[in-house]
Amino acid sequence: MKTIITAQEASPESKLDSRFGRCAFFCLHDSTDGQITFIQNEFKDAQGGAGTKVVEKLLTMKVDRIISGDFGPKAKDILDKFKIQLVKIHDDQKTIKEIISTLK
Amino acid sequence: MPRRRRPRKIVEPPKFKGYAPYGCQDKDAGTVDLLYEEYEAIKLADYDGLSHHQACVLMGISRPTFARIYESARQKIALALVEVKTIKSVYGNVSMDENWFHCQVCFNHFTLPFPEKGRLCPLCRSEKLETIHSK
Repeated sequence: MKTIITAQEASPESKLDSRFGRCAFFCLHDSTDGQITFIQNEFKDAQGGAGTKVVEKLLTMKVDRIISGDFGPKAKDILDKFKIQLVKIHDDQKTIKEIISTLK
Repeated sequence: MPRRRRPRKIVEPPKFKGYAPYGCQDKDAGTVDLLYEEYEAIKLADYDGLSHHQACVLMGISRPTFARIYESARQKIALALVEVKTIKSVYGNVSMDENWFHCQVCFNHFTLPFPEKGRLCPLCRSEKLETIHSK
């Protein structure tokens, strides 16, 4: 199962980014081999529609689950249609490492 | 038989389970149940600064109904403050716009795209879920 976690920095010690479309990095966690890769979000400072552009990008990566602080209505509508699980974490002090350990 | 209650639309349930007073003499003064729609009414009218008319449209109810919910919310909060009661947020007569689930163990929200595969919290694997949608 492929999980995307929005991160503030490109390291496992980084905190969760509470924004979805305009987060700094995406952390891709693959549960089959436990590998973690960080991907920069090129739409961080987009003029508009950052959420939808990010969704398009993530759909090509065939992810199953996205963890973030909150999701915009447009992004949520599309992700629901493609049956991708969304998780909202209210505690934005959590680190990527902690979140991944809870997934196991 | 009374008329059925229309579900009140809310955007998000309160992010707390309750508020408790501290530094008081009497230990157990009881609780006040603040419904989700009452929290939403306070939020729309006093926090977001909307007029009752704008707020009632958002919640999908009439203006007098909104005023009643708002009034009851204020009375409950005042009662809790004066009588040193604990405020508990309780799921009332509401419908959520979105199909979010709420985990009662880790308090996070999530969607379940495949409900047939089991209703488990993706983070803590608990089964104690609360639906925050109307279906």
